[in-house]
Amino acid sequence: MKEIRIHGRGGQGSLVLAQFMAIAALEDGKYGQAFPFLGGGGERRGKPIVAFCRLSDHPIRVRSRITAPDYVIVQDATILREVDVEEGLKPDGRILINTDKDIRQLGLKTQNALTTSAEELARRILGRPIINTALLGTFAGFSRELSLEAVLKAVRSKFPGALGEKNARVVAASYEQFVKEVA
Amino acid sequence: MKQVLEGSHAVSEAVRLARVQVISAYPITPQTHIVEAISAFCADGTMDARFLCVESEHSAMAAVIAAASTGVRAFTATSSHGLAYMHELLHWAAAARLPIVMAEVNRALGPGWNIWMDQTDSLSQRDTGWIQLYCEDGQDVLDTTLMAFRLAEAVHLPVMVVLDAFYLSHTFEPVDVPRQNQVDRFLPPLVPRISLDTAHPRVLNQMAPPGVYMEMRYNIQTAMAQVPRRLTQYQKEFRAIFDRPPGDAVEAVQCEDAEVVLVTSGTISSTCRQVISDLRSRGEKIGMLKIKMFRPFPIALVRRFLGAARKVAVVDRNFSFGASGVFAQELRAALCNLDGHPPVFGYIAGLGGRDVTPDTLVEIYRRTQDCPTPPEESIWIGLNQEVVQSWYN
Amino acid sequence: MKITPGAVVKGGTSLHYKTGDWRDQRPVIDQEACQKCGICRDVCPDDSIKVKDEQYEIDTDFCKGCGICAHECPAQAIKMVPEEK
Repeated sequence: MKEIRIHGRGGQGSLVLAQFMAIAALEDGKYGQAFPFLGGGGERRGKPIVAFCRLSDHPIRVRSRITAPDYVIVQDATILREVDVEEGLKPDGRILINTDKDIRQLGLKTQNALTTSAEELARRILGRPIINTALLGTFAGFSRELSLEAVLKAVRSKFPGALGEKNARVVAASYEQFVKEVA
Repeated sequence: MKQVLEGSHAVSEAVRLARVQVISAYPITPQTHIVEAISAFCADGTMDARFLCVESEHSAMAAVIAAASTGVRAFTATSSHGLAYMHELLHWAAAARLPIVMAEVNRALGPGWNIWMDQTDSLSQRDTGWIQLYCEDGQDVLDTTLMAFRLAEAVHLPVMVVLDAFYLSHTFEPVDVPRQNQVDRFLPPLVPRISLDTAHPRVLNQMAPPGVYMEMRYNIQTAMAQVPRRLTQYQKEFRAIFDRPPGDAVEAVQCEDAEVVLVTSGTISSTCRQVISDLRSRGEKIGMLKIKMFRPFPIALVRRFLGAARKVAVVDRNFSFGASGVFAQELRAALCNLDGHPPVFGYIAGLGGRDVTPDTLVEIYRRTQDCPTPPEESIWIGLNQEVVQSWYN
Repeated sequence: MKITPGAVVKGGTSLHYKTGDWRDQRPVIDQEACQKCGICRDVCPDDSIKVKDEQYEIDTDFCKGCGICAHECPAQAIKMVPEEK
């Protein structure tokens, strides 16, 4: 089983990102479980929030929150000022951060981090800085936990029509961009 | 077809498939997404039903009581303070013998404000005459909701389908949503016991003087007592139509040779399955008795599965002040007349949304293993003494 | 965290909770264009516009960046700019 913790701000679609992963897992013939954690006072636009996702080849029984993630995804680097996103990260765990900054400027402890400028891609294709589908594509390429076909299907099933097609283009572009950069 | 659904929406799908005719709800906190999806189904024509948006939960229950009195299938959903606000009318719905189904999301009561998982809200309604069924996962939520209508309409009592806040209500996971023709076979149209009809006028809710009141109450209990047999019967039909077993009233997991049997409900049962498989692979003799049906309390099944157990550890995510955890109370009462019954350890864990992790359950197992008899009535797990003491400082 | 009987605590806790951290854009006031009408201060849901030496200023500790001030300013003297990430 792989456990993923997503840090974002209310309104950035962290839970929707976790949900896309759970749908994609089902498309891949696996099991997924996605859920939010509301901090004290509930979810508000702009407030740092956390969402979780588990992916497994077997039915998932554990239902408590994720404390030792295999992956951490950070939707917004400004959260690093307020939250220790590396808390509990497994020794071989990996972090994916949406930022324009250089990784060395972020002051992370782990060497196992990747940055991506999801916002630029989202603005170009969607015309809005909604970054969760860009991060989904990058995550699929980066982690290889989900196939590109499955995440595309997940996005199209959640957003039918033109919006889904645009987001599918964002997913495909961010996936390909990651694969190209690594190659 | 398998879909990734939020637990709340597993309820909504079941309500749609059950062809419910009237839904009434108060839409604001502590309401969940359940009625949001149903109201969309009503608005876009997916459901041929009337959605009554009311100004309070008390009114929501009054509206479904009225709807059910006219002989239609009626549903509502609520949580915590909303349920507490309905309290008076919960008694009314049951004693009027109306087959209402309600989804109740377990959330803590304030103060301090807390919207997280805690069973004290639904368990405080245990004496109202409602059947109470607790759910373990998203699939169980959908299946239990369908079963609830079948049971309610058979015994003429309302049913509360209870699901954990967040751990079920806001958790997305794969759920097999059945086809409409399957559900239609399992759940035929409601044949009302009474229905308001101007051609055949009736007076509802007559005065019941001492000469008949007690008999009316006895008959409610007789209906309650039929529930286990009916449930077994409908489970067979359910399995034949949907090709999967619906949840048992009580499920014993590896209890036969267990040194300690954990008694669980709700999603703790799900986490506990993982703990059992981990500990059993290391030769530890742990078992679990999952209680799904809390009302009527499955006394006979509890006696059968736990009568010969060595030690019983009840995990209560609730508390009755001045007494103990509610499941522990009920279990002790069920076992007390059995000769040589096992010691019952009462553990309190996970109140107000505190996590119950695999480690929490392992701790409960170990502590029970290490004590010959319960050291106290209730053992509170994971209390932070610094926070406890801050009250006095 | 501390608890108290009945969850009653000393007043003014919101002053210690800097909601300005939630912001992803900030209002910038063009002081020359500002007509000092006070509408921005009246409509701000977080009471985050203060008058200091007859100048309107944003209290960035609490401004959540909602943009109502910029939307309502009759002189269009307030611009929302992205917060640095």
